[in-house]
Amino acid sequence: MIRLDYEIIANLIAPDSRVLDLGCGDGALLALLKQKKHCHATGIEINDQEVMNALGRGVSVAQGDIDSDLDVYSDGRFDYVVLNESLQQVLNIEKVLKEALRVGKKVIVGIPNFCNFGGRMQIFFHGRVPVTKSLPYKWYNTPNLRFLSIKDFEQFCSDKNICIEKRRYMALGKEVFLLPNLLADSAILVLSQKH
Amino acid sequence: MSTSYVKTQHITFSEEKDALTLKCGSRLLPFTVAYETYGQLNADKSNAVLILHAFTGDAHAAGLHEGESKPGWWDDMIGPGKAFDTNKYFMISSNVLGSCKGTTGPGSIDPKTGKPYGLSFPVITIHDMVAVQKRLLDHLGIKKLLSVAGGSMGGMQAVAWAVLYPQMLHSAIVIAACHRHTAQQIAFHEVGRQAIAADPDWQNGDYYGKSIAKRGLAVARMVGHITYMSWTSMEQKFGRKLVGKEALGYDFSKDFEVEGYLQYRGQSFVDRFDANSYLYLTKAMDYFDITEGTKKLSDAFAQVKADLLVISFTSDWLYPSAQSKEMVRALKANDVEVSYVELKSDYGHDAFLVECTEQSRVVMNYLSKVFVERVGS
Repeated sequence: MIRLDYEIIANLIAPDSRVLDLGCGDGALLALLKQKKHCHATGIEINDQEVMNALGRGVSVAQGDIDSDLDVYSDGRFDYVVLNESLQQVLNIEKVLKEALRVGKKVIVGIPNFCNFGGRMQIFFHGRVPVTKSLPYKWYNTPNLRFLSIKDFEQFCSDKNICIEKRRYMALGKEVFLLPNLLADSAILVLSQKH
Repeated sequence: MSTSYVKTQHITFSEEKDALTLKCGSRLLPFTVAYETYGQLNADKSNAVLILHAFTGDAHAAGLHEGESKPGWWDDMIGPGKAFDTNKYFMISSNVLGSCKGTTGPGSIDPKTGKPYGLSFPVITIHDMVAVQKRLLDHLGIKKLLSVAGGSMGGMQAVAWAVLYPQMLHSAIVIAACHRHTAQQIAFHEVGRQAIAADPDWQNGDYYGKSIAKRGLAVARMVGHITYMSWTSMEQKFGRKLVGKEALGYDFSKDFEVEGYLQYRGQSFVDRFDANSYLYLTKAMDYFDITEGTKKLSDAFAQVKADLLVISFTSDWLYPSAQSKEMVRALKANDVEVSYVELKSDYGHDAFLVECTEQSRVVMNYLSKVFVERVGS
C-alpha cells in the first residue's frame, strides 16, 4: 500500500523529472519517484538515522538543513521541489519557500490542516490544543514550529505572489473534494512563482 | 577472519612508458607497487573497487596472512557479506607511493646508487599516489572502477581520483577526509616532522643500516594519536587513571595511563614504520589542495562524473564535518550526484577504522545502488 500523499505527489510529477525532496525522511517518496516515474530524484534530510534509511532504499540523500542548504543550487535546477510535511518544521518559511521556488520550476507542498473539523471540536468543546491523526503530537513534543490551516497557507501564497496551480485534499487517508478547510486533515498544493 | 589466507603481491614498473612525472617535476622509474586483491573480477570487469589506505596503512586491508593472527586494517569492512562484499565485488588494495610497506618509498634502494634513497627520494603528493594506482589498474586490465574508497588520507586519494580520472570511476567513497589540508592539520604534521628532525639518530634521513630515529618517530606518532582520538574517547579510555602506581609519584616517571598508552603506541610504531616515510607522507597530505589552480572548490569539481558518498564523524576534530559539508556543497553546485551522512561517534578521527556498524550499512547500501544504477544488476 502506497501512502495516499505519496501517490498524489507521484501523480502530480511528470516522468523523468528532476526532483529535490526537502525533508525526505526515510526516502520512501524518492524511491517511489525513482522506480515508478524514472525521476532523477535526490533528497535533503536532517536526521542521520533517516538518511541511513533513505540510503537503504537506494536513493541519493545528503544530510543537511533545508533552512540553509539550498543556496548551492542554480535557478530552475529541478523540475519539482517537494516539501511534504516538512515546511511546518522549517525555521524561516519565507526564505525556504522562496529558495524552493527559485531552484524548482514547481514546488509541491504538503501541509497539515490544523483547523479541520476535528481540531475545531477539540478546541471548542474540550478547550484542548488539537491532537489529531495528521497532527499526532502533544504541545510539548511536537517537531512542528508552525500551526496553520489550508486557508492560512492560501492567504500566505496570495500575499507573497505565489501561484497555486493545483490543490488536492485528504482526510483519513482518502481524497476530499468539498470544504477542504473544514474537512481535510492535510493538503497538497502545487506552487509556482508568479512572474 | 573474512577470507582464507591472502598474500601481498608486488609488481615493478620499469619500462619507459610507465615512467612517472611527479608533481614536483622529478621523474620516477622504476617503481614497485605492493597490492592485494580479494574476491573475483567478473567477466566484464565491472565490479572492481579500489581501496585507498590512510597514512600508516598498507596493502593488507583484509583477511589473514599465513602465520599471522591479526587481520588486515579494514577487515571489518571487507569480506564475504560485509560492506565491501567480496562475493560481489573485486577488491584491490595497494600500498601508497612513499610508504615503507612494499611500494617504492624513501627507504627503497635507488638503482642509480645502489643505496636507499633517503632524502634524495623526490617529494611526492596525493596526485602522485593516484597516478601510481592508475598504473596498477592498467596492469590489471581494469578500465573503469565501480568505486574507489578510503578514509583520511585514503579519502583525499578518493577525491583526487574523482577529479583526475573522472572517466575511470562510477563512484567514490570519501570518509573522514578533506579536499585540502588546513593550517591546523599542517601544524600537527609539522610537530611530528620536527620531532623526527630533532632526533640525532635521524641523520638527515641517511640512517638506513646505521641507526633508527626511534625517539623522534615515537614522539611524532604520539602527537598523531592524540589527533586521532576525541576528548570523550580519551576521557572514557583513560580519564585520570594511574598506571603502575597507587598514588601520584611527584616525579617525572609515568603517572597517568594516557602517558603509558601514548608511549607504548609511539614505541611500537617505530618497529613498523620508517621515519622518512613519515616525513614524505605527511608532506604529501599537507600539499594536498584539490582547489589548487582554481578560484573555488566548485571549479575544482567541475569535471567530476562519479556519484559520490561522503561520510564524516561527529567527534572527528582533525577532519571535521565542516570540511566534508564544504565538499558536498561544491559537488551539488556541479550537479554531481552526492550522498552525505555525518555518523554519530565518540571515537574521533579513528571512527572510520573502529566504528564500523553504521558505516558498513551506509557503504553496503550505497555500493549496491551504484552497482545497479551504473553497471546493472
